[in-house]
Amino acid sequence: MKLTVEGLNSHYGPAHILFDIGFEVGEGEVVALLGRNGAGKSTTFRSIVGLVAQRTGRIMFEGKDVSAKPTHEIVREGLGYVPEERRIFTDLTVEENLEVGRQPKRPNAPHWTREKLFALFPNLGEMKNRPGGRMSGGEQQMLTIARTLMGNPSLVLLDEPSEGLSPKIVEQMVEAILTMKKEGVSIVVSEQNLHFARLISDRAYIIERGRICFGGTMAELDARPDIRDAHLSL
Amino acid sequence: MAFYVVQFLTGLASAASLFLVASGLSIIFGVTRIVNFAHGAFYMIGAYIAFTLTERLSGAFGFWGGIVLAALAVALIGVIVEMVLLRRIYHAPELFQLLATFGLTLMVEDLVVLIWGPDDLVGRRAPGFKGAIDFFGQNIPSYDLFLIVLGPVVLGILWLLFQRTRWGVLVRAATQDRDMVAALGVNQKWLFTSVFAVGVFLAALGGALQIPRDAVHHAMDLRIIVEVFVVVVIGGLGSIVGAFVAAVLVSELNAFGILIFPKISIILVFLVMAVVLIVRPWGLFGKPEAPARKTPGLTVNPWRPLTSNERLAALAALVIAATLPLFAGNYLLTVGSEIAIFVIFAVSLHFLMSVGGLASFGHAAYFGLGAYGIAFLAKMAGLPMIVCLLLGPLLGCMGAAVFGFFAVQLSGVYFAMLTLAFAQIVWSIAFQWVSVTGGDNGILGVWPPSWAASPSHFYWLALGIAALVTIALRAMVFSPFGYALRATRDSLLRSEAIGIDAKRIQWTAFVIAGTTAGIGGALFAYLKGSVFPDNLGISLSVDALVMVLLGGVETVSGAVIGAIVYKALNIWLVSQTDLSKLVLGGFIMLIVVVFPKGIVGMLEMLAQRRKKASPPGSPLLAKPIESAE
Repeated sequence: MKLTVEGLNSHYGPAHILFDIGFEVGEGEVVALLGRNGAGKSTTFRSIVGLVAQRTGRIMFEGKDVSAKPTHEIVREGLGYVPEERRIFTDLTVEENLEVGRQPKRPNAPHWTREKLFALFPNLGEMKNRPGGRMSGGEQQMLTIARTLMGNPSLVLLDEPSEGLSPKIVEQMVEAILTMKKEGVSIVVSEQNLHFARLISDRAYIIERGRICFGGTMAELDARPDIRDAHLSL
Repeated sequence: MAFYVVQFLTGLASAASLFLVASGLSIIFGVTRIVNFAHGAFYMIGAYIAFTLTERLSGAFGFWGGIVLAALAVALIGVIVEMVLLRRIYHAPELFQLLATFGLTLMVEDLVVLIWGPDDLVGRRAPGFKGAIDFFGQNIPSYDLFLIVLGPVVLGILWLLFQRTRWGVLVRAATQDRDMVAALGVNQKWLFTSVFAVGVFLAALGGALQIPRDAVHHAMDLRIIVEVFVVVVIGGLGSIVGAFVAAVLVSELNAFGILIFPKISIILVFLVMAVVLIVRPWGLFGKPEAPARKTPGLTVNPWRPLTSNERLAALAALVIAATLPLFAGNYLLTVGSEIAIFVIFAVSLHFLMSVGGLASFGHAAYFGLGAYGIAFLAKMAGLPMIVCLLLGPLLGCMGAAVFGFFAVQLSGVYFAMLTLAFAQIVWSIAFQWVSVTGGDNGILGVWPPSWAASPSHFYWLALGIAALVTIALRAMVFSPFGYALRATRDSLLRSEAIGIDAKRIQWTAFVIAGTTAGIGGALFAYLKGSVFPDNLGISLSVDALVMVLLGGVETVSGAVIGAIVYKALNIWLVSQTDLSKLVLGGFIMLIVVVFPKGIVGMLEMLAQRRKKASPPGSPLLAKPIESAE
């Protein structure tokens, strides 16, 4: 397994947010984490990369237990994270944003260069020197993904990449994610949009109120309209 | 004309060091969000070490090498400080960080006297820049010209460093979003340490470069840090270009201010700062900060008025305190009066800090203004004591009204820096305006009339007023005004959204706190029989902060206990050792790092734990509330 999460519990202060979250991602797989707003998708991702201070549980990445490591070490193992709110550096140019993400080549992961990323996201190549703060939402979303890929991750946690984007940009996003998959990057993508998830994912988990309540292939999910309707708003 | 040109060039030369120190402070703040009070101390150590090295090493190479070596050595000290002290307090509230670095400053002040002695040291002239250049009959030291060139050169180097290197890009990214930088695989610890080292290097270099111009002495740290605070407030924290422009501006204002107001030149700087703050509260080149998030992780016990049992206990304590004259001698009674006065002072700051969330680093200004008010009224107008006690604090009130108006436009570290700068301005006026304030000699012979002159009578008077003040402020906490003030503290935006005029409420609180401090100062003048500029100095302001902190910032009236314990300890300590600053500085750092809740806060926590252990009760109410983010 590429990534195995077992018994993950997270707290914000006195509030218990995640309850015994567990899921797996295979080598080269795209797995969707589906759930409504506030179900715990972002907290799950933040917990995996160590941005939530109060968490317990086991996180195995490429056979190594990374749950006790600080954020930057987890990321350097090859576990990339693309946050939901984009969080690009608004004062830095596109090129400088990419520079922040740059990490050495990794033997077991595809190697990304600026040129390769500009080919994947042609819009970015046209605005290399533009400050991040003066880009559209879609361009910023592309930049966050490109920035994380500069770290040559073997697995990427993608938090709601389609949120707030126009249908045309969403199409580009689907293509980019499929290209990433073809290059050999494993992906966990959190989504509210089942339609979007279906276009890219091999399997799906459903999270509701901090608990995983379904796990299976997309076909298995389609066979259970009751679960789909109970936990996802369409 | 030539004279003005030379004056202008002198100003530019002074700007160089100021810029180096201010840019270092700005860089460190940008990434670590710590306002490094100890920056002035690093500047001072830089000068001292450079003095020693340039004395030992000979020749031009020895001189310039000594300057650079000194700055590198201090940068190394900075790295140790960062790793040992700052890493423990990155997540602490701003106030604690300021206090910890101030504690460090105090320790350094005593240490340099221990190592280099108390006398001013005059360093070597710079080889190659020993002479002066004649400019239409006026002399310009050639070293000044060197400094004038150096400033823009350093600005250029810093610009390249931040724009053209990976390190610079990472630093700029971390200035905006530290967590995201970590989430991209960058080791923040290393980044913070390196940024701190660069910032300290700049400060120490600024100090080292001063030795051919100025004597090295053990008070140069506070002098520079106040000017640096003014510079970054004007230029905008975090902006290097802003630091440069503001350093030039402030230095020129100083250079020409002396010609216009020879006695109180600092007034000019203050006026410019006031204008900048009104037009652009975040500084000329700064960016408006998003409203500060509440500091996470602080548990706040819901405040409540005292129960009737607790009231009885407080009354009993007061009665016991009132019996002191029955068995204590005159010395102890004088100490008791002083403690009572500092209770008033501490309680007034506590009101501003804990209830209003406004940590003033210059609260002594209003204490001292109250004292000077008494001195003017009693000595010059010859008014009786009762009238003086009623009118004297009004000077504190007026000072608080003027400075408070500007100060509450800002919050957090800006507020702290601004209040400190204001206090220092008041101090310089008291110090420089000799014809009115007596300058360093102060105003002597302010004695109470015979009815209050005996130590026991004065003690009762001070105790009574301290009790009244404490009760009044406590009552105010639970009044509608107190609720509104606490609302502005907890969330400025939300309080404004429900119709509270936040700035007005904060300003009112500032004036109340200033007036109360003035009452303390007024009594203090009568207790000592004299008034000195020290009565409004920085160390007194910090005493107040430590008292509040020691008692517990999150408590309703912890400052009372904090003042009693701290003042008693302080008086005892000063009688025991010459190195009181060293001990005090260490003590402050100790509280901040290991004991951040203060005495009363700790007691409350213990009581809470006991309550939780005993079954029934109301678990929902007894549970501490923690802010989620």
